Amino acid sequence: MFLERRGYRRRRLTDAARVLPVIGALLLLMPLLWSLAPGRVIGTAGGGIYVFGVWAVLVIAAFVLSRRLPLSGGRGEDGPER
Amino acid sequence: MIGYNILVAVCLAYVALLFAVAFAAERRAKRGALGWLRSPLVYTLSLSIYCTAWTFYGAVGYAVNSGLEFVTIYLGPTLVMVGWWWLLRKLVRIGRSQRITSIADLISSRYGKSNLLGVLVTLLAVIGSTPYIALQLQSVTLSFSVFAGEGRLLADFDTLDSTALAVAAGLTLFTILFGTRTLDANEKHHGVVTAIALEAVVKLFALLAVGVFVVWGVAGGPVDIAQRIAASEIAEWRPAPGRWAGLIFLSAAAFLCLPRMFQVMVVENSDERHVAVASWAFPLYVFLMSLFVIPIAVVGLELLPGGNPDLYVLTVPLSQDRDGLAMLSFLGGFSSATSMVIVAAIALSTMVSNHIVMPIWLHLRRDSASMSGDVRDLVITARRMSIAGVLLLGYLYFHFSGGSTALAAIGLISFAGVVQVLPSLLGGLFWRGASRGGAAAGLVIGFGVWAYTLFLPSFGETFVMTGLMLDAGPFGIDWLRPHALFGLEGMDPVVHSVFWSMLLNSGAFILVSLLAFPGPLERLQGAQFVNVYEHSSSARGWAPGGAEAEDLLIMAQRIIGADEAQALFQREAERQGSAGFLPDTTPDFIETLERELAGSVGAATAHAMVGQITGGASVSVQDLMAVADETAQIMEHTSQLEAQREELFRTARQLREANEKLTAVSIQKDAFLGQISHELRTPMTSIRAFSEILMAGGPMSDADRRRFTRIIHDEAIRLTRLLDDLLDLSVLEAGQVSLNWQEIDLHSVIDRAVAAAGVREARGGMRILRAPDRERESLVTDADRLAQVFINLIANAGKYCDAEQPELRIEVAARDDALRIDFVDNGAGIAKADQSMIFEKFSRLTDNSRAGGAGLGLAICREIIDRLGGSIAYVPGQGGAAFRVMLPRAGMQDAA
Repeated sequence: MFLERRGYRRRRLTDAARVLPVIGALLLLMPLLWSLAPGRVIGTAGGGIYVFGVWAVLVIAAFVLSRRLPLSGGRGEDGPER
Repeated sequence: MIGYNILVAVCLAYVALLFAVAFAAERRAKRGALGWLRSPLVYTLSLSIYCTAWTFYGAVGYAVNSGLEFVTIYLGPTLVMVGWWWLLRKLVRIGRSQRITSIADLISSRYGKSNLLGVLVTLLAVIGSTPYIALQLQSVTLSFSVFAGEGRLLADFDTLDSTALAVAAGLTLFTILFGTRTLDANEKHHGVVTAIALEAVVKLFALLAVGVFVVWGVAGGPVDIAQRIAASEIAEWRPAPGRWAGLIFLSAAAFLCLPRMFQVMVVENSDERHVAVASWAFPLYVFLMSLFVIPIAVVGLELLPGGNPDLYVLTVPLSQDRDGLAMLSFLGGFSSATSMVIVAAIALSTMVSNHIVMPIWLHLRRDSASMSGDVRDLVITARRMSIAGVLLLGYLYFHFSGGSTALAAIGLISFAGVVQVLPSLLGGLFWRGASRGGAAAGLVIGFGVWAYTLFLPSFGETFVMTGLMLDAGPFGIDWLRPHALFGLEGMDPVVHSVFWSMLLNSGAFILVSLLAFPGPLERLQGAQFVNVYEHSSSARGWAPGGAEAEDLLIMAQRIIGADEAQALFQREAERQGSAGFLPDTTPDFIETLERELAGSVGAATAHAMVGQITGGASVSVQDLMAVADETAQIMEHTSQLEAQREELFRTARQLREANEKLTAVSIQKDAFLGQISHELRTPMTSIRAFSEILMAGGPMSDADRRRFTRIIHDEAIRLTRLLDDLLDLSVLEAGQVSLNWQEIDLHSVIDRAVAAAGVREARGGMRILRAPDRERESLVTDADRLAQVFINLIANAGKYCDAEQPELRIEVAARDDALRIDFVDNGAGIAKADQSMIFEKFSRLTDNSRAGGAGLGLAICREIIDRLGGSIAYVPGQGGAAFRVMLPRAGMQDAA
């Protein structure tokens, strides 16, 4: 199944839209790994900057994706859903 | 300092503004000039009812207690919105295509329009939302008390109580006015949505204003704030793994399952594309809402170390004598509380009226429910009563709980309650095997575990849950302790409850679904939900026929109003190609109608009401199987027709062939008659001519007379022979000949034939070459008839062989069960074109005189050999004329 360039791009964009929340969740769970390190203290300010930074990146990524994704996501753009 | 009266005046003015905005929006919508009323921006802002007074005030208090953990409440929804492609898109598509009115309706509709599930989810939502509504009342009254008490935190309870009652009454009025103007939940509440969008702007603006004031007014900018954070009580952040991840999950789940969120996200959605915009705009909104929470908390801790951290958003500006900012902040909190209560009341009242009131009413008036009584009035009244009831419940909860519990705790408990819907919701959207029984089991078990481990203990020691029971478990059973179920100790109570309730809920849901066998309607709905992208236009449903279109029209008028109902029926009739208001009650039409009605009263009720008229309240397995049977019968019928058609085709071909044969036979018969006449006529002519000469008497010699007499005699013999042959042939052809079967010796038959044929060399005839040893074969046959054939063949050879020294070879070859006798002469043979003709009657290849026969010889031979069970054929390429006779050794007497 080979799609022309535009259709192919669009499919990869929907892939990106699917993967985004997963990446977001992983990034937001990262602080839990830091706190595993013995004796390490995370500052509220530093942690806050990290969390809000990830948050901002998610907003921007979602903005870019929502602009480019097919707006009325139907079967045609997306293939059969499972 | 702002006095209590000014506060009330401002508050009333603000409420009046909201009324005006809602009213203007309704009027605008009525004129059809929706414009920005239905923009993605308004949609996004309406989603902000997620940020209630709990988050407006409570987030700061939460931050004071647990530092950064408060963001989990926003991170969950952020992930859900960012991942809209997975879930929200599908949810909104289903909500629109199935005309879903609430989350209870979604669950009920998905699982076969089950009323049981509708009731379960409604009860769950009411129980889960009541504390939350109480929480909003509490926060509003608390904020009033801040002003009333001139900074004192707690005014006396009676004042708070009466304030709460007034707020509840005002909210009831607003919600009833703008929330129940139309019955159809799918007809959007433009007024309400616009008002809450305005409130969303107010609360964001208020919180940002306080945040900016704190960072740049009180502190000296971001760097200073960072230093102050580092120096504060909450400088260190130790994310507890269970709570951090657990609360992100909980808030994400609640964002999907909260009835009010479902209302604005799915039911009020007017365009799927709005979801795409909200996917980044809503995360941005909550990002901004939480941006200044930590700074406000830190500054509040510095300025008001002993104050109630839940009210820092108000008290910090007040303490700096910023009355205007405090006022704005108060309005922000007021907005948060009111918008949430309004939408929650609308959502809950829709659920209560559609899933509890309507089914009861239908049950009471089982016979005539659809035909009498104005359903519209009933539903609207039910909804208004439900709104009042929901708010009353919230007020009562507030009244009796004494308004003492920390805000955050109630919020999370409420969340944990409503997320019990999640397994049924996700399972229903993505798994076709999810069944009604599974959903019911999961809901009941999850709800029970939640109530046991979190909700009931939250009241402290009560008569339901004694202190002893909390500490040691019921009846001293250690592993049933509410906060340490199955010995799982040391966990945060909320996370503990969410963990167990979701685990057992999902487990029961999956297990029962795996074991259950869903009904046909359930499977139909399941397919439509799970594969919503494949058939957005709805798959072809099935409804029993026989409904009266007129009855349906009467019922529809009572539910969706006369004009709308008539328009719908007219449209459908037109689509079916008929004029007037009464379309045929096809399954298609019934399904469309049911879906329209579902937009007003919910899928289960609409299904039941239509079912009352159409006769069958539900599709039974037998019905579906009957349909399947019909299909099978039609298919069978078709294949039968196919077979019949082929048979007809075959018969026609046979008939055509038979006709051709008959025509050929007819021609043959004509030719035969012509031949016969000719053959009879020739000797007759000469007999008549010579007998006339003899009769004339005249002078003639004896020799002449004798010659003439001989000719007459010869011709008479020839006639006799011809007639004998004809008789012989007709007897043979008619199958009337009787054969004398006996075992004979082939050699003697050939001897006889050669002798009778009269072609011996000695008499100047042809040489006959034989191999007597090979002729000594015995067979069972009719010797006379066989000799007749041989005589004919030998005589023919004698007549037609044109060689100088004619020879005839008679060769016999024996096989196990048959004998082959060849008669081969050394003449010119028979031309290829004539070979197929020689066995026909009257086929004489050369002129008449030489043959001396009528041309029936070979025809008779073929008939005889046929009767004897053998075959005779001309064999080309043998150096002359060659006839081959095949005879079975055993003869044919058994078969004959």
